[in-house]
Amino acid sequence: MLETVPAITDPEAPRQIDPDSRGVVEFRNVSFRYEGAEEDALSDISFIARPGQTTAFIGSTGSGKSTIINLIPRFYDVTAGVILVGGVDVRELSQKELRSHIGYVPQKNVLLGASIADNITYGSPDLEQAEIERVAQIAQAAEFIEEKPEGYDFDIAQGGSNVSGGQRQRLSIARALAVKPDIFLFDDSFSALDMKTDAALRRALATNLTDVTLIIVAQRVGTIMDADRIYVIDDGRIVGSGSHEELLKSCKPYYEIASSQLSEKELVSAGTELAGEN
Amino acid sequence: MGGFGGGPMHGVMPGEKPKDFKGALKKLLAYLGNYRVALIVVIVFAIASTVFSILGPKFLGEATTELFNGIMGQIAGTSNGVDFSKIGSILLFLIALYAASALFQFIQGFVMTNVSNKVSYRLRKELDAKIMHLPFSYYDKVATGDVMSRITNDVDSINQSLNQSVTQIITSITSLIGILVMMLSISWVMTLIALVTLPLSAIVVSMIVKRSQRHFVDQQKYLGEVNGTVEETFSAHTVIKAFNGEQTALSQFEQGNSSLYNAAWRSGFLSGLMMPIMNLIGNLGYVICCVVGGYLAINGNITVGNIQAFIQYLRNFQQPIVQVAQISNVLQQTMAAAERVFTFLEEEEEVAEPSEADRVSTECIEGSVAFNAVSFGYSPDTKIINDFTASVKPGQKVAIVGHTGAGKTTIVKLLMRFYDVSGGSIELDGHDIRSFARDDLRSIFGMVLQETWLYKASIAENIRYGKLDASDEEVREAARIAQADHFIQTLPDGYQMVLNEEASNVSLGQKQLLTIARAILHDPKILILDEATSSVDTRTELLIQKAMDNLMAGRTSFIIAHRLSTIRNADIILVMDKGDIVEQGTHSQLLELNGFYASLYKSQFEDAA
Repeated sequence: MLETVPAITDPEAPRQIDPDSRGVVEFRNVSFRYEGAEEDALSDISFIARPGQTTAFIGSTGSGKSTIINLIPRFYDVTAGVILVGGVDVRELSQKELRSHIGYVPQKNVLLGASIADNITYGSPDLEQAEIERVAQIAQAAEFIEEKPEGYDFDIAQGGSNVSGGQRQRLSIARALAVKPDIFLFDDSFSALDMKTDAALRRALATNLTDVTLIIVAQRVGTIMDADRIYVIDDGRIVGSGSHEELLKSCKPYYEIASSQLSEKELVSAGTELAGEN
Repeated sequence: MGGFGGGPMHGVMPGEKPKDFKGALKKLLAYLGNYRVALIVVIVFAIASTVFSILGPKFLGEATTELFNGIMGQIAGTSNGVDFSKIGSILLFLIALYAASALFQFIQGFVMTNVSNKVSYRLRKELDAKIMHLPFSYYDKVATGDVMSRITNDVDSINQSLNQSVTQIITSITSLIGILVMMLSISWVMTLIALVTLPLSAIVVSMIVKRSQRHFVDQQKYLGEVNGTVEETFSAHTVIKAFNGEQTALSQFEQGNSSLYNAAWRSGFLSGLMMPIMNLIGNLGYVICCVVGGYLAINGNITVGNIQAFIQYLRNFQQPIVQVAQISNVLQQTMAAAERVFTFLEEEEEVAEPSEADRVSTECIEGSVAFNAVSFGYSPDTKIINDFTASVKPGQKVAIVGHTGAGKTTIVKLLMRFYDVSGGSIELDGHDIRSFARDDLRSIFGMVLQETWLYKASIAENIRYGKLDASDEEVREAARIAQADHFIQTLPDGYQMVLNEEASNVSLGQKQLLTIARAILHDPKILILDEATSSVDTRTELLIQKAMDNLMAGRTSFIIAHRLSTIRNADIILVMDKGDIVEQGTHSQLLELNGFYASLYKSQFEDAA
């Protein structure tokens, strides 16, 4: 094990992020295949996500949408194509530099065995208490934290087993907010929340994160229907892109997803004929 | 080498104790009772072997005395020197004595190993059989890890302890008594001196143990901390990387690691001191014994050979004392292990199956299900289903709806007889389900639950579990219908990828797709489907539903439903609240009723998104 060579290494002369392209994430013809796999998990993915906008990915289980998110902080290297963050190929940045610009909320909300405050400030150890409370507020976590007698000093058990799934998710979001990143990656990060909290969280994010790049992978249409641009992923390819309304009209897989989740009224109000499915 | 052969006494951690030592012992003895003859052989041979080896030094001493007397006589001119033929015959006798002792010990060990392994073989067999006969309610209370530990660790420790401790107890006690008798027969004065030095070493040992115990506890604590840190670093790997936490993780580990180092070397050092100090005290005892013995010899009260024999006995005396002290600890642990094993074996079993003759065959089941005034409670005093009657025709689709925790899965558990109804009956094609053999009954059902069950094997093998003789092509076809083929192809090694123990190397949704593929391959008469809430996204869900619709044609299906389309299309909707079935009917009937279902439906679906 000690002799295994790390697959991801820093470049010898790392570059800095271009200040003019701060927050811009661009995929150029990216393909990716896990080691030993028979097929590509992603093939020929291209898109640009810009600051102040929400870019969303939706698709079925195993479609590869989480893989897109995992490639941005360079957990893996692409098999073909280029990923640019802040105008620079991610392979030309130091991992530390790259990741300091990214707020990442993973699919599995892993917390550490430490106090709530320490968990929130994990990526930003110097954060002040007022700031901690502010990000908790945005992440809709402040209420349940303050209900605890120990408040922000409440000790999380290893793996986070003494808070609920939804609470873990909100703490994990607060942790990402605390870094004050240019780029936000949400990997299916709203699935453990009930509809009401989900909506409140999206409102809070929209008002507080006006100039960051938001990239969201989700299963609920409700979570992403307000996004500036939605990409529909199927079998590792982009099969449709556009706004919610555009996709309802033009993209059959998207319509299928939407019709199973939204009420008739919502579909109709989007200006679409409802297929007589039921 | 000093007189202590008990091995390094690392900190002597206080072991666990049985609640009822005698009770456990009695039950264990009952198991041993079958091997009464073998055990008597063990005891007799153990005692004989010990007695023989205790006699050794005494005869060796006689040889020395003979040699000494011969030489002294020669010097004094009173005899013709050493009587080598006499010494020779003493030595030959000694060889025979030791050889016999070794032989007895070998026989005793052989027989005992045999007995203890037979006992543990039988215990394991009974435990394994017990697992199959325990009702499901037992596993609701007990973690599977506990049951596993009964079979592996507890039985193992019983085996080891039977194998070693039983003979050790016999030999140690025999040695103690035997050696004491021999020492007293040589000289009571010297025996007294020897007995005085014993408590001295006991005091020193207890002092050291007291000090080192603290560091041993620390060592365990820090070891746990370091393990925890490593485990956390592993499971939080992505988070640590994403938040540039590598340095923090490293320094946290180093802190724990250096605390562990400090505690470990302190405890190691202190327990290392123990042997030399005890040797010192032991050796001081020898010196005093030698001086007193020399004085007695000069006065002609003791022979030289007896001094030598005495010193040898003294060396051997301390070993059985240490052993007895250790064995009592081991025995406590063994009885605790035995107690856990017996408690498990005495758990109440599932209700017996109908006899072969009374059994109803499941071959021609069409799939009609009737619930006749069913009542049920997990415990007798809390009924959660009170009076439930419904009848389902073959091929009908039954949706079960209700809030989380309303008891939707209870119906399923009753159907498959994981639990038996407390009152009323459930009938399958007109036969009470209790008149089928459990295995037959369960083979009629195909299940896809939210809590997926996969095991450590390749993906292909996991799917094939639904039909063991399925060909590779059938497996692939099932995966295709379950919409799992694509993601399987993208995995490292595809169908041959081996799932790890918790199957954590595939996502939740993927796991569910695999179990769906398994159910498709299984091709059951009645389907039980727990619709995914969040783990399978809605698009996949939709595709699966299409596949499931095909599969459900001509099959009775019970669906724990969350999706609009399922509920609307269902032939019967069972509405559950707080564990009870509060309403039943079709979608439109229930909406018309404008009761619980109507309000549930409105709150859950109309305001959604």
